[in-house]
Amino acid sequence: MALISVKDLKTYFHTRNGVVRAVDGISFDVEAGKTLGIVGESGSGKSVSQYSLLGLIPMPPGKIESGTAMFDGQDLLKLSGEKLRKIRGKRISMIFQDPMTCLNPYMKIGDQLIEPLLTHFDISHEDAMKKAAQALKNVGIHETEKRLNSYPHQFSGGMRQRVMIAMALITEPELLIADEPTTALDVTVQAQVLDLIKKLQQEINTAVIFITHDLGVIAGVADEVAVMYGGKIVERGSTDDIFYNSQHPYTKALMASIPATHAHGERLYTIEGLPPNLTKAIPGCSFAPRCGECEDYCKTTKPELEVMESPSHESACLKYQKEHRA
Amino acid sequence: MSTEVITSLEEVEEGSSLWTDALARLKKNKAALGGLGFVIFVAIIALITPWIAPFPYEVQNLDLGAVPPNASNWLGTDVFGRDLLTRIMWGGRVSLMVGVIATAVSLVIGVLWGSIAGYFGGRLDSIMMRIVDTLYPFPFMVLVILLSVIFGRHIYLMYLAIGAVEWLTMARVIRGQVLTVRKQEFIEACFSQGLSTWRIISRHVIPNVLGPVIVYTTLTIPSVMILEAFLSFLGLGVQPPMCSWGSLIGDGAKYMEEYSWLLIFPGIVFSSTLFSLNFLGDGLRDALDPKASKD
Repeated sequence: MALISVKDLKTYFHTRNGVVRAVDGISFDVEAGKTLGIVGESGSGKSVSQYSLLGLIPMPPGKIESGTAMFDGQDLLKLSGEKLRKIRGKRISMIFQDPMTCLNPYMKIGDQLIEPLLTHFDISHEDAMKKAAQALKNVGIHETEKRLNSYPHQFSGGMRQRVMIAMALITEPELLIADEPTTALDVTVQAQVLDLIKKLQQEINTAVIFITHDLGVIAGVADEVAVMYGGKIVERGSTDDIFYNSQHPYTKALMASIPATHAHGERLYTIEGLPPNLTKAIPGCSFAPRCGECEDYCKTTKPELEVMESPSHESACLKYQKEHRA
Repeated sequence: MSTEVITSLEEVEEGSSLWTDALARLKKNKAALGGLGFVIFVAIIALITPWIAPFPYEVQNLDLGAVPPNASNWLGTDVFGRDLLTRIMWGGRVSLMVGVIATAVSLVIGVLWGSIAGYFGGRLDSIMMRIVDTLYPFPFMVLVILLSVIFGRHIYLMYLAIGAVEWLTMARVIRGQVLTVRKQEFIEACFSQGLSTWRIISRHVIPNVLGPVIVYTTLTIPSVMILEAFLSFLGLGVQPPMCSWGSLIGDGAKYMEEYSWLLIFPGIVFSSTLFSLNFLGDGLRDALDPKASKD
């Protein structure tokens, strides 16, 4: 039984320039304690899909057009604001991309750390502070007495992201949504933060949805991977499926553009063209205009996810599906 | 890879609240501290004037007339033979009271108006701010004259009139502040932690807005006092024999060639009070910014 099960989620933005189909019918499950990686370019709908679950989409212009997100027997998309608020930050937490702007500059770290505790639990200030000190130790920040009384500007970027992680995990949530938590950090700190998330995930058996555009990061943390393009999941499978037996030209193109796979001095591979304009209805596959393996039917027929070789591995490429069936 | 890499960066100072930190920073700012001291001094004098004023402010002594500063009238007397020091003290009461009350009026209306518009945004914001825009160019003098025609000349009308004008700017300042704070990611982060709207506003939005509000308030007081002086100068403000710094300067200006002290002393007191308030406002702005380092 999956911890969270999302079916046919559609989030549209009704703007002056037309309807932006930011998330256009995606489905995924996450098991308790597992990590789902969501990869995609900017504007592919990866963040919006997760924000939709927690009611963090500004409405209007955003609107959740359809879908269900079952979490512990309740549909998150249909919960009232107040009920959803009680889940947010307690059972489902979030880490944001930029740790520099996600902390209140006028509030001491300790006071910010205990905000979720004071909000969701009946706990004394003193006990909450003890928990906060422990949470800081868990993320590798020492001299906690001092640190709890510091302001965010006295912390480096990596330390602030640790604080954000500590804050997100202080209520021991069942699900952690990490929205590009390492993008704003330099590479060495990135690795530490990833290790930290993995370690703490195991300790409290939290499921993680990990949003990133960095395939290298995904390979290190995810059990399962969903590749998003133009508001849709175009390929989904175990990390091995995706990395060693990719069944979608877009995923393959993403792999090909990882710098590490290039010989020294070789020109880096890039995918030609731009992501699709999501305000326009596309009759066929949204990747077709940029796809090197595009066939005529790709431009007219909408692809759907279909199981490939292993049952857990699905791809939404008409050509590969055809080859697979043959 | 180890997760225990965090180094102690710089020495983190002993923790204290934002306000004690701010106070510590303020204490290091000599100009602001001097300003604060002077403002407190003037305020205390204004409070106890009825008991310590050396002369009655209204009794004329036409035989004496205007005399320069001397042993019994330290700052001299005006053309009606009234002690200038006494009149400056009484005038200070009026000027400061107008400054404080009118600012408080504008602060209350402005904070409520601005923060509601800024926080909830959208159509409500548009309507509320268009009202402000419409009132903005309304001629202030017409309002004051209108009020004094309808209700008669009364000092409290001046508070009302000035407050009614000043709150417009206050509302704009606060709305702008709330708007920028609201757009910041930590507010979204708070929201994602399930904090209630009230908790977000009271614990996260307001403290972030408070610094600029306090600063703006200390800077509004002098501008209100100038407005009052302007009105009194024109004869629309306090009515003789009561006086304010503005009316004293106005009177002094009439006789500045013969009796220069009538202009000089009220001018010095008024401008040094304004200076002090500005220094204080400036110092508060620096002190309330936690990023202002102490090195």
